[in-house]
Amino acid sequence: MLTQTLLSGLTAGAIYALVALGFAIIYNASQVINFAQGEFVMIGGMTAAALVEAGVPLPLSIVISIAAATAVGLLLAKLAIEPARGASVVTLIIITIGASILLRGLATLVWDKKIHRLPAFSGETPIVLGGAAGSATLLPQVLWVLGAGAAAVALLTWFFRRTLAGKAILAVSYNPLAAELMGISVRRTLAASFALSAALGALAGVLIAPIAFTSWDSGVMLGLKGFAAAILGGLGSAAGAVAGGLALGLVEALGAGYVSSAYKDVFAFLIILAALVFLPDGLLGRRAAERV
Amino acid sequence: MASSAAARPSGSRKPLLALAAVLAAAPLALANNYTYEVAILVGLNALACVGLNLLIGYAGQISLGHAAFFGLGAYGSALLASRYGWPTLVSLPTAVAAVGLLAWAIGRPILRLKGHYLAMATLGFGIIVSIVLSIEDGITGGPDGMPVPPLKIAAWTLAGERTWYWLIAAALLAAVWLARNLVDSPHGRALRALHGSETAAAALGVDAARHKLFVFVLSALFAATAGALAAHYSGFITPASASFLRSIELVTMVVFGGMASTFGAIVGAAVLTTLPQLLTVLKEYEMVVLGAVLMATMIFMPRGIVPTLASALGPTLEKAFAATRGKRF
Repeated sequence: MLTQTLLSGLTAGAIYALVALGFAIIYNASQVINFAQGEFVMIGGMTAAALVEAGVPLPLSIVISIAAATAVGLLLAKLAIEPARGASVVTLIIITIGASILLRGLATLVWDKKIHRLPAFSGETPIVLGGAAGSATLLPQVLWVLGAGAAAVALLTWFFRRTLAGKAILAVSYNPLAAELMGISVRRTLAASFALSAALGALAGVLIAPIAFTSWDSGVMLGLKGFAAAILGGLGSAAGAVAGGLALGLVEALGAGYVSSAYKDVFAFLIILAALVFLPDGLLGRRAAERV
Repeated sequence: MASSAAARPSGSRKPLLALAAVLAAAPLALANNYTYEVAILVGLNALACVGLNLLIGYAGQISLGHAAFFGLGAYGSALLASRYGWPTLVSLPTAVAAVGLLAWAIGRPILRLKGHYLAMATLGFGIIVSIVLSIEDGITGGPDGMPVPPLKIAAWTLAGERTWYWLIAAALLAAVWLARNLVDSPHGRALRALHGSETAAAALGVDAARHKLFVFVLSALFAATAGALAAHYSGFITPASASFLRSIELVTMVVFGGMASTFGAIVGAAVLTTLPQLLTVLKEYEMVVLGAVLMATMIFMPRGIVPTLASALGPTLEKAFAATRGKRF
């Protein structure tokens, strides 16, 4: 029972971590909280499911769906966020909320309001695990979620630490003006951060669609949980986003398994409230100082 | 600063009189019960938004969970009246006061948070309330909602769109009067100082925590009143009235109309309440158009409709006003 619960918590946590990373990347590049992040997850899941239903092979569908979400992310940055640069943070938040409504509306037009399911990447036969805490079963898709999630985090770390483009994004997040003076284009960084976040979101959507299904509005709750995970870890911290996502997934699974499954979503947000009251800067956040 | 505020009272009453005139004249344009119903919904949303604007626009604190206060006011008054048989005239203010107390208890710890962290805390609180309302179906009727007894004053039952219109109009007028007085008071100046820079305001002796908490509780009271009135008016409530999307809707109305503008909050509520009603003719395109309108407005008028139009038309209007004045004297 415990192993099973922890596994399902880690699975959900890995998805939250990917969404939270998306929040952190965009926040670092532009101070924007992107409330359309959940819609990237939805676009990933829905595009892949629709393509597979149309007979396109699964691997190709996955690649196309991530590319499609990346394109939507780029368009959002270019058409909506960039023209509104300099607007207040709340205004920018409302723009992304408008975008999330627009994208959900488009999803009902392009596809429909039904629930779709993507086939599992490598079959549905559960793997039986024996352990000290009793036997547990494991869907092969869970391994895909955990593996691909870990790979994405490793790749991102490499990107930000070792590549020029990644370092440029980091530079902008530390000081946009200084970065601009060094010849880094803040506009291109903004676009790149939205593209990257959208790709991460779509990856999460594709990974979770065989387990949790996907529909036009499936991004709403995932987006909120991702935001919660990003805040829990300390906004803007990539390691914090991953830690926050996993912690949130585990708390939720333990709460649902041992206390009340109906209140599953409540546990996640209770933890957030408690963490905010006692650790106002998140698990790994840096203490902010206000400049007067 | 104090002298300009003292010199203004006669001038600052004009917008209030204008609003009263609009509210009094509006029934001329309201052809049937349906249009009255839309007008009442506008009024209820405006009531909540005027309060929320004090928090977001003036104090600079965000809340993504205000629908929770709206919903708790609604469920509170409904439950006291239907389960415990309280007269609605007592259940309504009791529920509103209880929501105020709750806002005080919640606000004390979370208002220390800033920016996105405060957004997350209020969002979390809102989601918890909406989930509890839909799960505790033994008390609240669950996701399907519950019936609400009508509002009664002594033996007189408030019914009919026209009666309700006047009640809501009066409530809105009172709320705007209260909000504008608050903004022009030393308290309002303290709030604006907080908005500018909390550290600088604190250094000048503004008790930041106390002022923020006061306006948070006040905005919760406005939302709870709107919620309780909405429940008794429609005779039915569902947890959707307390949902995250509803919280977002309220914030959107405030920002859309124009932050730090009481009339902006009303215009925002009016446009975003009627727009979905008008867009129903678009059927499946409704969401796409709503999202696009929202994005376009915020991109091209980042300060919101009323402040943008006011600064664009301001000189023209002033000229026209000066011309009429010249003729009269």
